[in-house]
Amino acid sequence: MAALAEEQTEVAVKLEPEGPPTLLPPQAGDGAGEGSGGTTNNGPNGGGGNVAASSSTGGDGGTPKPTVAVSAAAPAGAAPVPAAAPDAGAPHDRQTLLAVLQFLRQSNLREAEEALRREARLLEEAVAGSGAPGEVDSAGAEVTSALLSRVTASAPGPAAPDPPGTGASGATVVSGSASGPAAPGKVGSVAVEDQPDVSAVLSAYNQQGDPTMYEEYYSGLKHFIECSLDCHRAELSQLFYPLFVHMYLELVYNQHENEAKSFFEKFHGDQECYYQDDLRVLSSLTKKEHMKGNETMLDFRTSKFVLRISRDSYQLLKRHLQEKQNNQIWNIVQEHLYIDIFDGMPRSKQQIDAMVGSLAGEAKREANKSKVFFGLLKEPEIEVPLDDEDEEGENEEGKPKKKKPKKDSIGSKSKKQDPNAPPQNRIPLPELKDSDKLDKIMNMKETTKRVRLGPDCLPSICFYTFLNAYQGLTAVDVTDDSSLIAGGFADSTVRVWSVTPKKLRSVKQASDLSLIDKESDDVLERIMDEKTASELKILYGHSGPVYGASFSPDRNYLLSSSEDGTVRLWSLQTFTCLVGYKGHNYPVWDTQFSPYGYYFVSGGHDRVARLWATDHYQPLRIFAGHLADVNCTRFHPNSNYVATGSADRTVRLWDVLNGNCVRIFTGHKGPIHSLTFSPNGRFLATGATDGRVLLWDIGHGLMVGELKGHTDTVCSLRFSRDGEILASGSMDNTVRLWDAIKAFEDLETDDFTTATGHINLPENSQELLLGTYMTKSTPVVHLHFTRRNLVLAAGAYSPQ
Amino acid sequence: MAEEKKLKLSNTVLPSESMKVVAESMGIAQIQEETCQLLTDEVSYRIKEIAQDALKFMHMGKRQKLTTSDIDYALKLKNVEPLYGFHAQEFIPFRFASGGGRELYFYEEKEVDLSDIINTPLPRVPLDVCLKAPKEQQKAEATEPLKSAKPGQEEDGPLKGKGQGATTADGKGKEKKAPPLLDGAPLRLKPRSIHELSVEQQLYYKEITEACVGSCEAKRAEALQSIATDPGLYQMLPRFSTFISEGVRVNVVQNNLALLIYLMRMVKALMDNPTLYLEKYVHELIPAVMTCIVSRQLCLRPDVDNHWALRDFAARLVAQICKHFSTTTNNIQSRITKTFTKSWVDEKTPWTTRYGSIAGLAELGHDVIKTLILPRLQQEGERIRSVLDGPVLSNIDRIGADHVQSLLLKHCAPVLAKLRPPPDNQDAYRAEFGSLGPLLCSHVVKARAQAALQAQQVNRTTLTITQPRPTLTLSQAPQPGPRTPGLLKVPGSIALPVQTLVSARAAAPPQPSPPPTKFIVMSSSSSAPSTQQVLSLSTSAPGSGSTTTSPVTTTVPSVQPIVKLVSTATTAPPSTAPSGPGSVQKYIVVSLPPTGEGKGGPTSHPSPVPPPASSPSPLSGSALCGGKQEPGDSPPPAPGTPKTNGSQPNSGSPQPAP
Repeated sequence: MAALAEEQTEVAVKLEPEGPPTLLPPQAGDGAGEGSGGTTNNGPNGGGGNVAASSSTGGDGGTPKPTVAVSAAAPAGAAPVPAAAPDAGAPHDRQTLLAVLQFLRQSNLREAEEALRREARLLEEAVAGSGAPGEVDSAGAEVTSALLSRVTASAPGPAAPDPPGTGASGATVVSGSASGPAAPGKVGSVAVEDQPDVSAVLSAYNQQGDPTMYEEYYSGLKHFIECSLDCHRAELSQLFYPLFVHMYLELVYNQHENEAKSFFEKFHGDQECYYQDDLRVLSSLTKKEHMKGNETMLDFRTSKFVLRISRDSYQLLKRHLQEKQNNQIWNIVQEHLYIDIFDGMPRSKQQIDAMVGSLAGEAKREANKSKVFFGLLKEPEIEVPLDDEDEEGENEEGKPKKKKPKKDSIGSKSKKQDPNAPPQNRIPLPELKDSDKLDKIMNMKETTKRVRLGPDCLPSICFYTFLNAYQGLTAVDVTDDSSLIAGGFADSTVRVWSVTPKKLRSVKQASDLSLIDKESDDVLERIMDEKTASELKILYGHSGPVYGASFSPDRNYLLSSSEDGTVRLWSLQTFTCLVGYKGHNYPVWDTQFSPYGYYFVSGGHDRVARLWATDHYQPLRIFAGHLADVNCTRFHPNSNYVATGSADRTVRLWDVLNGNCVRIFTGHKGPIHSLTFSPNGRFLATGATDGRVLLWDIGHGLMVGELKGHTDTVCSLRFSRDGEILASGSMDNTVRLWDAIKAFEDLETDDFTTATGHINLPENSQELLLGTYMTKSTPVVHLHFTRRNLVLAAGAYSPQ
Repeated sequence: MAEEKKLKLSNTVLPSESMKVVAESMGIAQIQEETCQLLTDEVSYRIKEIAQDALKFMHMGKRQKLTTSDIDYALKLKNVEPLYGFHAQEFIPFRFASGGGRELYFYEEKEVDLSDIINTPLPRVPLDVCLKAPKEQQKAEATEPLKSAKPGQEEDGPLKGKGQGATTADGKGKEKKAPPLLDGAPLRLKPRSIHELSVEQQLYYKEITEACVGSCEAKRAEALQSIATDPGLYQMLPRFSTFISEGVRVNVVQNNLALLIYLMRMVKALMDNPTLYLEKYVHELIPAVMTCIVSRQLCLRPDVDNHWALRDFAARLVAQICKHFSTTTNNIQSRITKTFTKSWVDEKTPWTTRYGSIAGLAELGHDVIKTLILPRLQQEGERIRSVLDGPVLSNIDRIGADHVQSLLLKHCAPVLAKLRPPPDNQDAYRAEFGSLGPLLCSHVVKARAQAALQAQQVNRTTLTITQPRPTLTLSQAPQPGPRTPGLLKVPGSIALPVQTLVSARAAAPPQPSPPPTKFIVMSSSSSAPSTQQVLSLSTSAPGSGSTTTSPVTTTVPSVQPIVKLVSTATTAPPSTAPSGPGSVQKYIVVSLPPTGEGKGGPTSHPSPVPPPASSPSPLSGSALCGGKQEPGDSPPPAPGTPKTNGSQPNSGSPQPAP
């Protein structure tokens, strides 16, 4: 698992842009070569080039359960490798590297070890020389002033010299293989008895402070912060939570259980309420032994908590800590926090509150600096036959307005290239088939009949209720032309309904097909078996609840992802399963087809999102970096990017081309459960369990809006076809409509805001809310805008 | 924030006692306290860990409840064998037991005999998942009404309020027409079920009934309009008819005149709805309507309240019912006739009931008048005279007799005019009809004149009033909003849109036999005689007494009938009226004072829209305003039975136009 997560390349696999119109799973050859062990490694020097190794990572690397198993059977392992950090500077870097090497040796992964050694050539001697990997440099030994200088210097540069990512990844690989459920089947997963490297990671807590003093330290700092000037207080208050967590973990690690408990008792009430869930996990963690398997703990340890603090405030803090000679706290700040210092005015409490809340603090500023091509691809030019009967049809339907001019504008828009659009062939896309063209024409025709929405013209909502679902409806999807609805259920079935009078038919048996006259015009009709016509088809195959479903744009395929760790591809011609994509070893929470078909993305409990192509049984890319489950995944309309929402309360945007994480959005206070891109590709809307919907400007990497109103998890979000209205559906049994135009209109994206990332959100949720529509007792699981802008909503009736 | 999250995040652990119990159940007798402590810590931690994972599955499963399967999946994540056999839909309670100093919580696990399970019949197969979309055509059947949340909108405050209302209205309108062209649900007709009302229907029913008997006249008009025109009310019909009959039963006892009127208007609206066929419900409706006709007392103050209007209105309803539903098998008409006659003939019948019976009979048509009323005119005349001329027994009786008399005159005159050859001789009438003779005579003369006039203007044949005139209301909503045309409709059966308005004589003592002044408001449309008459009667000075009522040109936009008031008397000196036969006819355009609640006249005055009024006499209106002081929501006066009291210089009030 190339687990190094950060803004730099977390991807394991390199894409070949010029290649054939498929993304090859890159290192077929390399992988085979070195896939000796269970953990297949794309060697850092392998064909991919910029694999894990290059990722320097600010430390949120480790996903504790990476996909070790993938590889087991696969000759060409696509799973990434525990990568070595190139920088050998910090002492604990070395330590984690040692841990990795030791692990590799234990696991008989000679080649990987070699590769790693080569990569970390600088370290070689040190490695050779040093004995037990468990040995730690006591961080406390370092001179305070030296640390200070490091912190201040560490801000710039993509290759921030922090270490722990690699170590973490090593550790996580181990834990993954040790606890992976599929262990028996795996070749390479050597049962690791003990995990010395984990302890190595943990040993950073091995500081020898007086446990009884911790409370004093903390309250001392608290007093200092509370007495500081108002403008600094808000900024410095950000320190409370990470300090609290790490001090607590230190106490626990050093087996001062009682002190830890009383420390927790005393100060947990001071923390912001949105950290509640994490605090709950911490509160149960009272023993050193428990720390080993605890993912949350590992997250804290392996990723640096990022704080943005103005230079003034930071100086204030530094002075204070130096005066007090408070090494304990200073060490934590050095070891576990990443302080992103900016010049200028300290931020206000509101500004801070808007951005914090994620598991690992805010995103670093430079994390969101890279360029994103958020424009839409040029549409292929298709001649739309404008026949008269079509117009007549319009009149019959009582919509006499012919939107000729609009039609033209569509044409002209597609002709000129959007400056923000990626090059047309940035990633290879499948060619259009004739049927796709037909569909596009249909789409354009419908477009002309589209209702122009706005605050004065709200869409109608048609609610599809799943009855007798016994609380078992877990996923819904609707085809783009709104003709089919698929439901994923907890009983492992996927059901597909036709909501038009046209029934679902499957293709005839092979023996019958041979009898058909293949020259006839209506051969496509003839191959269908009338006897199988029905409104509902049930697809059996999964062995666990189906959490995600997605139709392919051409309506020939359906994807489903399940608790059983697989993503399945179903044919809607034969209503059978075509492929089971195994890669995630843990439940797969979501999957989605690319808007151009062929590619799809999935994300799951193993904390990674994977990019697949339908004709490859292994992922093309692995997007690793989230610190908790990837709950939802969405393709950008131009298919060049993938957004993922996670339980670590961040949203990340990944570049499909190189697998880099190009955006990290923080600000949600709960796990993210829904995502949607605006039709023009500029904006992203995300909804979380905290009931809020946040709006993001992708180009600038900024939060641009906050929609408050829902009282429970926002399960579904969707923009209207022209992007005028944002619809959100929630577990609180409501559909709400928001004025998207107004929300995005006067964005203050001046240079200053862009540069600093300081945002001022207007409190205008109530003005933007256009309507609230309640169901009786049906959580709104899915929303969809038809091509004419009617809203379709779906959910299962749940009797109270 | 610090306050709200003061929730306790304490590290609760299982009691070590539990460990002991579990150990014992496993057969380990002696377990050390220290071991227990370690165990509880470990177990508590693991349980929490699993519960936290299970929550994840609950969230991803889009549920609000944690289920046992969530726990199973969480265990699976940890590579632990799931627990089997805990799949229960219901909450399984822990039982508590204590004894021997021990306290225990346990499940109740009954021993089940396998043969019992085998032998029990299989339960029904649970219903399969199905997808349901609202069928918007039948909006009433929507399972999932996405109603705009009203409270939320109100919170939006005045800023949004307006736009919001408009948009929702838009949305609704669209909702109805959009689906057919949209890819929506398959449209299937559902078999008609009578006894189940969808939630929408229930809401509708509630709204409608509340509006019908509520205090807001505008709402009532809307509701009645809805009843009279909505095509989908069939399923609610039983409820409506029960509502009406029960309502009448209760309100008659309480003498709540207003509510009775509202209920009768509901009956009327139901009758007017072309999509409803009430035959199955007339058994419930007729008694209710009949009660409103003949009940001894309908209001709290019989001397002042205008319950006569209600009786007239209800009588017309009965006539309409007879006309529509009477067949040779159910004999509705003959049974009704019998009922009326019986109560009329009875000597002891009070005047109110008597009035109702006569009205009921009279509305049934000319033949009934001819055969049942005319023969009894003499007898009835005597009775009336004895009350009016005799010693004053009770004011109520006097008023009653008065009303009966005008009622008889009103109804009999046209019939007589048809029956008898033209020369009308007072004496001949007196001979034939007793004390009512002279009055009758003058009415007949007027009726003839009316007929003649009618003949000139319209290709008319008769002067009589044959049509039921069902609109009781003069309800003028305070605001001049568009009125519902449904209330204005008079059944298309009207052959001759002529209404005779008889102004009562002033009951003032100095005029023992008051002059029969008669106003006729005629309206006729040149295009088709059967078009409904729409009269817009507005008032100029309602509050200041009837005498000041000034003529205002009525505007009748739709049909443009001619509105005239024909007075037989030169109206200035009312007392000259008896010389009726030869008096000059005057046409005047009448303006009416508004009814009870319309006392804020000026608002309704400029209304260009025809209020749902039909030809009430000017006097009745003015009487209302001038003397009666009816409560705000009391019914408007009935047409044709104006009531005046002493202060009223009666016919002088409408100033005739030359």
